[in-house]
Amino acid sequence: MSAITRFGIRLEPRPDRPRWLVWAVPVCSFFAALLVGAVVLLVTAQNPLSTYLRILERGFLDQGALSGTLVAATPLLFTGLCAAVAFKIGFFNIGGEGQFYMGAIFASGIALSYGDDLPAWLAILSMIVAGAIGGGIWAAVPGILRAYFKTNEIITSLMLNYIAGIIATYLIFESESFWRELDGTGAVFPKGKVIPLITWWPNLDLGSLVIPFGFLLGIAGAVWLAVLQRRTRFGYEMRVVGGAPTTARYAGMRPSRIIVIVAAISGAFAGLGGAADVGNFRHVLDPKGLQQSGFGYAGIVVAALARLNPLATIFVAVILGGITNAGYALRGPDFPSGLVGTLQGLILFCTLGGEVLVRYRIVRTASTSVAVKAAGS
Amino acid sequence: MSFNDNLLIVIAASAIFYGTPLVFAALGEILAERSGVINLGVEGMMLLGAVSAAWVATNVDGPAGVVLPLALLAAMIAAGMGAAIHAFLTITLRVNQIISGLALTIFAGAAGLSSYLANIWNLGQAPIVNQFNRLDVLGLADMPLLGPILFHQTLLTYLSWSLVIGASFYLFRTRAGLHLRSVGESPQTADSVGISVAGYRYFHVILGGTFAGIAGACFSLSIVPTWADGLTSGQGWIALALVIFGFWRPDLMLVGAYLFGALSSLGFTLQARGVGISLAVLSALPYAMTIIVLVLVSTSSARRHLGAPAALGKPYEREER
Repeated sequence: MSAITRFGIRLEPRPDRPRWLVWAVPVCSFFAALLVGAVVLLVTAQNPLSTYLRILERGFLDQGALSGTLVAATPLLFTGLCAAVAFKIGFFNIGGEGQFYMGAIFASGIALSYGDDLPAWLAILSMIVAGAIGGGIWAAVPGILRAYFKTNEIITSLMLNYIAGIIATYLIFESESFWRELDGTGAVFPKGKVIPLITWWPNLDLGSLVIPFGFLLGIAGAVWLAVLQRRTRFGYEMRVVGGAPTTARYAGMRPSRIIVIVAAISGAFAGLGGAADVGNFRHVLDPKGLQQSGFGYAGIVVAALARLNPLATIFVAVILGGITNAGYALRGPDFPSGLVGTLQGLILFCTLGGEVLVRYRIVRTASTSVAVKAAGS
Repeated sequence: MSFNDNLLIVIAASAIFYGTPLVFAALGEILAERSGVINLGVEGMMLLGAVSAAWVATNVDGPAGVVLPLALLAAMIAAGMGAAIHAFLTITLRVNQIISGLALTIFAGAAGLSSYLANIWNLGQAPIVNQFNRLDVLGLADMPLLGPILFHQTLLTYLSWSLVIGASFYLFRTRAGLHLRSVGESPQTADSVGISVAGYRYFHVILGGTFAGIAGACFSLSIVPTWADGLTSGQGWIALALVIFGFWRPDLMLVGAYLFGALSSLGFTLQARGVGISLAVLSALPYAMTIIVLVLVSTSSARRHLGAPAALGKPYEREER
């Protein structure tokens, strides 16, 4: 008799995917994750309900909370797009972290060399370009290695994260580089030079809500990516390469070239995040702060929860940004760091597990049918 | 200055010391991948193991001979549970193995559960008292040349050697090992002769996880040995590269692990000697070498001899009859 009888259930691919299910499952998964998280909190002697309520208040409801959430959401939006565009073609770029650092290094380098006699818009434009180039180059390396040497991009892109972190640390802590503040307290306690005021990115102030320019840039990037993927020839080629590389080659496309371009686009998104981090928020190259934030890794969560859809990425980035923002605000003895990452991981697990309900129908195998089968054979 | 203070001997001895966690982690991953399941959660599982071992070593009173095995056991259980999540998601629910493994590392990793647990357990305030110290095996630690390299290591290193020998024997000389490899190469064939594909995969993914747990304990109880968030500093990812580097064979992997152990330790060793090489260059070396080595083994000539299991990364769905 077959192994089916032991489990009593069987997964059967769904011929159709009802629309309501595609929406209902992620929402239910989210709440399932909160339930599992509640168990973790209970086991570790924390009150889940009050923890969640405080996240909700400090992340979304309190006066000015949403503005802080958008600040936290901005880097997540960029790194989310970084992962989403690459994963879509089966290029598992998990180097968003390092590409983010490189974007920050390039953008702060441009901003620091900027004189006062040039217009602000040019400063911001050049930082955007520099950030995208920095991240793009850093991601093109695993892209080229994968495309032309078939080297596993997961590991190479990850190794480059550590190397980028070491470079950023070197620039501030282990050298007297252009990026480092050498006057005043900076001579004793290593820190980065603050970029000139004229290069600071603006915020859109709506009174009760302040929207950072970086966030708007991220939305523009998401829309651009959605159009690129759905409305252009290149987007079509990306889909073919992602789905069937051999077919792509027969159809006269060049998968290697597409992989490298997509890798560079992916890295450029993360690099833009780094530029926004410097231009909009920190105004300084801060290797420790960058490495503690882990935006690149969180971007993978964002992209996976958004099912690699660029527009959904905006929404997910705001939700996770809210949790992150609340985590910053609440950090303390009864809200330890690490809780945010744990919750993110749980949400991801539950969403991944829930996905099975979208793809498969769970069929209970009655023992009688097995008996009939066995008798018939 | 005695003969054993020779730079090469010091580097060889510390290569083994720093390579030991890599051996455990990569060996575990070899077992999981031989069954056809990639687990990118190694780094996360290592941190789970590290934090659990640190908790036991700090909070359980007793002689080191009792506390340390308990700490290892806790590390194995914690990391094994992490692996079990990955196994359930990928084997039963057929979730993409890459994404599930990444999720495990994010969930358990430096900014996740391991950090959370360390925080509420108040680890990291003081060095851990119960540690794996270097042993003087058979009184040969001072023997010229081989003494410091082979006879002056921690118990963990000797444990890793026995596991490597055991795993090699298991993989290539036992019936269960043959079944395991067949599950990784061709699950359909294995299934058709009555081998439980899901059973073999579950068992080896979780077993691999327990090894990663020991690897984590190497950091919190021997190498570092105090708690710091993310104290494994990406070694779990290097272990993943070592699996490819070692062509999915324990013996070749061991060589690679010590090569990387040497690179990881080079910074401390040379700095202690006052050699003026930039710290940044030295600390970037293992990561850069990983990339270079991966490129070399993935060129076509090496690839032909690669032992990558044919069904690696693919969920198994039994055809309905």
